[in-house]
Amino acid sequence: MTVEKALYNYIIRLGDNALILGQRLGEWCGHAHQLETDIALTNVALDQIGQARILLSEAASMEGPDRTEDHLAFHRDEKHFKNNLLVELENGDFARTITRQFLFDIYQYYLLKELTKSKNDFLKGYAEKSLKEVTYHRNLSSDWVIRLGDGTQVSHDKMQEALENLWRYTGELFEMDETDEVLISAGFVPDLNEIKSTWEKDVREVLTEATLTMPDMDAYMASGGRKGIHTEYMGYILAEMQYLPRTMPEAKW
Amino acid sequence: MNKEEIYEILESVKDPEIPVLSIIDLGILRSVEISQTGELVVSITPTYTGCPAMDTIEKEIQAKLEDIGRPVEIKTLISPAWTTDWMTERGRKNLEEYGIAPPAEATTDKSFLTGSHKVIRCPQCKSTNTEMISHFGSTACKALYRCKDCLEPFDYFKCL
Repeated sequence: MTVEKALYNYIIRLGDNALILGQRLGEWCGHAHQLETDIALTNVALDQIGQARILLSEAASMEGPDRTEDHLAFHRDEKHFKNNLLVELENGDFARTITRQFLFDIYQYYLLKELTKSKNDFLKGYAEKSLKEVTYHRNLSSDWVIRLGDGTQVSHDKMQEALENLWRYTGELFEMDETDEVLISAGFVPDLNEIKSTWEKDVREVLTEATLTMPDMDAYMASGGRKGIHTEYMGYILAEMQYLPRTMPEAKW
Repeated sequence: MNKEEIYEILESVKDPEIPVLSIIDLGILRSVEISQTGELVVSITPTYTGCPAMDTIEKEIQAKLEDIGRPVEIKTLISPAWTTDWMTERGRKNLEEYGIAPPAEATTDKSFLTGSHKVIRCPQCKSTNTEMISHFGSTACKALYRCKDCLEPFDYFKCL
């Protein structure tokens, strides 16, 4: 695999994670339990969509001069999306959404932190910009995990249940393949094994403070997103997101 | 027309969500370049990656310069990443008078990374007896605070 091809794959992965998570969080608009939470979740969604635009625009420019971010967001089918399964899962209740966000935020935070050292100018610039925003996301979700985990019996139980249901989707965040190997050799991206240990340490610290029990790191882990094999929830999110531009390709804002 | 005059015109382009801040005060205008053949290139950078005001700002720059017969090419840069440290003193003052607490201190402060909360001064009564209500306010760049003395809620422009 050439470095250019690997870089394209990697940018698509990052872009798809941001796009799908942004779309999911956007579903909370007008539905959260309090105005502040509604605004916070949609602000995080906006940051993710902002990241997706930077990333998918870059990937589109690598495909050719007539390709745009919209081609990639709206005119690809499910099997061409390379996001992690975690970000496409249904929102469920607030406990589930904020736990998903927490598990992803810590991962994204450390990944971006390492990418700021990338020898690739695009990845470095993207990471420096986004890391600042993700720092706020991480603070928000960690605060909520502690508040609800160490809250009432009901909130504690809901958080523990969400954690156990989502846990099997965390292993995939650290999977590596040829794309990673090529880019690690080029000094463009970090080794995810190293991020895994910092992620584990931070997650454990917050869960302990939240009086929640951390599930087993060696438990069975689901996989497939990187190969375009998604959960049953993926089709629904794409149907909603892609309906308008596919039905009316000439539609303009 | 020289660069200074272009800057003067661009001073009248405001952030559509915070109309007391010009794009110069906010630090999102990065450069104005005039080539030898007279082509004008203006570079801007978004505050937040998903900032929805960027399109409006771009259109306004274009319109203002076209009014004086200067077509312009606008470049959007993401690197170096925008920081609240680029906000001018005048910008900070205008923000506070408008009722938004300006970013507290330079982002080199470690508390930014560790996430511990800073002391923010109420823009209404200037008390420092305030508390954070929400990490995110009415836009991505603001957090929501409340003053425990005058009891008014207020926006705080977050350090980035």
